[in-house]
Amino acid sequence: MLPCTGRIDEALLLKAFENGADGVMVVGCLEGDCHYISGNIRARARVKRVYAILEQIKIGPNRIRMYNLSAGEGSKFAAYANEFVDQIVELGPSPINLARGGGVQAAKEEETT
Amino acid sequence: MITGTPKPIDEVLEMLEPYDNIILAGCHGCVTVCRVGGEKEVQVLASTLRLAREASGKKIEIREVSLERQCDPEYVEQMRPYVEDYQAVLSIACGAGIQFLAEKITTTPLLPGINTGFLGVTERQGEWTERCQGCGDCVLHLTGGICPVTRCAKSLFHGPCGGSVRGICEVDKEIKCGWQLIIDRLVALDQMENYGKLKPYKGWNSARDGGPRRIIREDMI
Ligand code: SF4
Ligand code: SF4
Repeated sequence: MLPCTGRIDEALLLKAFENGADGVMVVGCLEGDCHYISGNIRARARVKRVYAILEQIKIGPNRIRMYNLSAGEGSKFAAYANEFVDQIVELGPSPINLARGGGVQAAKEEETT
Repeated sequence: MITGTPKPIDEVLEMLEPYDNIILAGCHGCVTVCRVGGEKEVQVLASTLRLAREASGKKIEIREVSLERQCDPEYVEQMRPYVEDYQAVLSIACGAGIQFLAEKITTTPLLPGINTGFLGVTERQGEWTERCQGCGDCVLHLTGGICPVTRCAKSLFHGPCGGSVRGICEVDKEIKCGWQLIIDRLVALDQMENYGKLKPYKGWNSARDGGPRRIIREDMI
């Protein structure tokens, strides 16, 4: 958890994939509502850059996405989270996890056993 | 500063094909400022390369380092204790830095991770433009602070060519005519007499035409 999505940088997002994430969801405040003025706008640009990198190296696309909502929108958060998880489950494990012999599928199997 | 752009990732991956453990070396100088070869870019490129290689089934180990400057011997020496442990060094400093590493570290192949650009300035975040070609005989005092070598697409020295139309260069609609800029500035500064002071010809012997150059400052040796 970061105090502001403005702290996110490309390296941090890529690290998540190196650490085995099949997808990364970045959730920031509503645009125009950033306590630090433009943190979430910067985050969006960085997410876009990482999206492009992942596409270039054939890990993406669609494995990273930015959502904006306010701290009061709990049910929206849950809906976004479910939507993103469904999207990633549909995509299947990232090529990294496939190479490592794991990923969402493996995690799901683990869960059911 | 010296500017540059990242090499396409596929090109870098192709260069790295024969290796499975490398050093990725950034530089805290110019390339940090133009966001192409600093500490952050080292982290991002290292992660990108590791991910790409692992996904393709051929993992690569990358040691991430950032030297203060790759164009100064004392900083290059900092790599010496461990450089032998790696099969190659991928540098994202400018071409000068990369070559200097290659000269000092003769036993390990050096690979360029960026395409070095030009001597330029930051217009705004993400936009850089060229200002100087290092001609070795600066005339900015006579040209209103605008470089004819660089800003005139043909490096003319005595006014605009016939292709200058309403302040735009015939080479590209995006380029302002360097000579129009110079004349406008001289007029604004009330320095048009400087136009007549330009040398009858520009000596290029201090520029690139004489081969690789060297500066020796006896007072500093
Ligand atoms: S190596 Fe190149 S980029 Fe780095 S400080 Fe020297 S001139 Fe600038
Ligand atoms: S006149 Fe020569 S040294 Fe001066 S800015 Fe132009 S290229 Fe650079």
